[in-house]
Amino acid sequence: MTTDSKSAPDFVAPHVRSLPKSGIRDFFDIVAGRKDVISLGIGEPDFQTPWHIRERAIEAIERGATRYTSNLGTPELRQALAAYMRQSFHAEYDWQHEILVTVGVSEAFDLALRAILSPGDEVLYHEPCFVAYAPLIRMAHGVPVPVETFRKDDFRLTVAELEKKVTPRTRALLLNFPNNPTGATLDLTDTEALADFAIRHNLLVISDEVYSELTYEGGRHSMAAIPRLRDRLIFLNGFSKAWSMTGFRLGYACAPAPLTDAMMKIHQFGMMCASSISQTAGLEAVRHGDAAINEMRDSYHLRRNFVVASLNEMGLDCFMPRGAFYVFPSIQSTGLSSKEFALRLLNEYNVACVPGGAFGACGEGFLRCAYATGMEPLKEAMDRMRTFVRALAR
Amino acid sequence: MDALLDLLKKNARESDATLAKLLGTTEQEVRARIAAYEQEGVIRGFQALLNTDRLDTNDVRAVIELRIRPEREGGFDRVAARIGKFPQVESMYLMSGAYDLLLFVKGASLQEVANFVSARLAPLDGVLSTATHFMLKTYKDQGVLMESEPHDDRLQVCP
Ligand SMILES: Cc1ncc(COP(=O)(O)O)c(C=O)c1O
Repeated sequence: MTTDSKSAPDFVAPHVRSLPKSGIRDFFDIVAGRKDVISLGIGEPDFQTPWHIRERAIEAIERGATRYTSNLGTPELRQALAAYMRQSFHAEYDWQHEILVTVGVSEAFDLALRAILSPGDEVLYHEPCFVAYAPLIRMAHGVPVPVETFRKDDFRLTVAELEKKVTPRTRALLLNFPNNPTGATLDLTDTEALADFAIRHNLLVISDEVYSELTYEGGRHSMAAIPRLRDRLIFLNGFSKAWSMTGFRLGYACAPAPLTDAMMKIHQFGMMCASSISQTAGLEAVRHGDAAINEMRDSYHLRRNFVVASLNEMGLDCFMPRGAFYVFPSIQSTGLSSKEFALRLLNEYNVACVPGGAFGACGEGFLRCAYATGMEPLKEAMDRMRTFVRALAR
Repeated sequence: MDALLDLLKKNARESDATLAKLLGTTEQEVRARIAAYEQEGVIRGFQALLNTDRLDTNDVRAVIELRIRPEREGGFDRVAARIGKFPQVESMYLMSGAYDLLLFVKGASLQEVANFVSARLAPLDGVLSTATHFMLKTYKDQGVLMESEPHDDRLQVCP
């Protein structure tokens, strides 16, 4: 044995070793295994996958449709997605060359970044945001550059903030609206301004619109609906949130052929294809899932009203988010940090919410409350939070 | 359908305060709208939805198909109104197809229901035939599964 013999930790690559653990993961470890906790910390729909979709998956297994599919995804699903894009956003994508079916938006995101980034390229993304963005940029050897969004703007991303952070090394802009964790959405003037910004600075845009179907007011304003952006846009969407299909792990990317082709190169070697069973289920969802979406959307919409009214009433300021299933109240009036607030709420009242700081530094002072939970637990959680906030004020 | 009615259909015991928050309105407004629906006869009552299989009773339920002769004036309505007055009849619908009225009937025993059909329904003027089916088990009622789906098994915290 030589002195520089390596042990297991030494084999981990430095850029992976230096990756911080997700703040959500921290919190998960604290909550895990505890009984009687009402969790508003779950970023996934509470509805069961609509039965007609599950039924189709069972039927796929019975039929033996359980083999590799084309790397890009089954032709039927890609055709259906092309029709969906046309119908939803008047966006034309050629199903043969411009749509790639992936293992969730998660994989699509990873592919997009790896396909476009060279080491040292900077990527603009807005915070607070989904926890995977910065780590995925790092794993693709890029440099994540956070851009802040603010309560005063209802957490919209403004061009003024972007201009502060853009440099000659900036390669891409990541967008996620409706947003996890704030519920923020964009209106038409916002998407137009962001498109102009990207064109002015010659950037690629990656737009994660996985919550698009869960928009309650103000209309759905997709980056895909802007024709002049088409050549520099990778549009991402998935089945997890809209159709409550998280465990199916199914998503897709739409992009001009050269970009789709680049992503597909990585996908074909690293993943081969998305699950054939999930693709059959996904086809059923896009073709016949409208009624199910409408019912779930209506239900989230009412619960959002309830939670926003309850939080504001107890003195935790929050704006009325127009999409996704999160509200992002400020807990600054209590004088606690968001982590202290979340820990005490959990330890003393058995309610789990994720501290805003887990979604980026500017999330400090806020709390993410997911309302994708049944009415009875939601009511109970609001009662407990009210009691907690009252006790703090005393 | 009005969202208020939807919510009441799902849970008639929801408090006015919660309903108001859900709908973005006031409690007074909620009470006024419910009162108006009652006044108009849209809301006919509020009942508990029971899984009677879990209750310790011997009550039996039957579905009865009835063929009846329509009357020149009033069609089926007069006969239906007479049949509907029997307390044994829990629900009744006018149907298209091979028979005319579909009845859901409750009784204390098989015998009691059988007697009701032969002694009360069949002899009625205008009733042409009856077919009685006893119900064995309730799987779903009013959109609610009697054995509920598995509990929430999602991870307690996730991104
Ligand atoms: C903004 C955002 N993007 C992507 C994902 C992951 O989606 P998928 O299940 O399609 O991988 C999530 C899940 O929480 C999300 O909130």
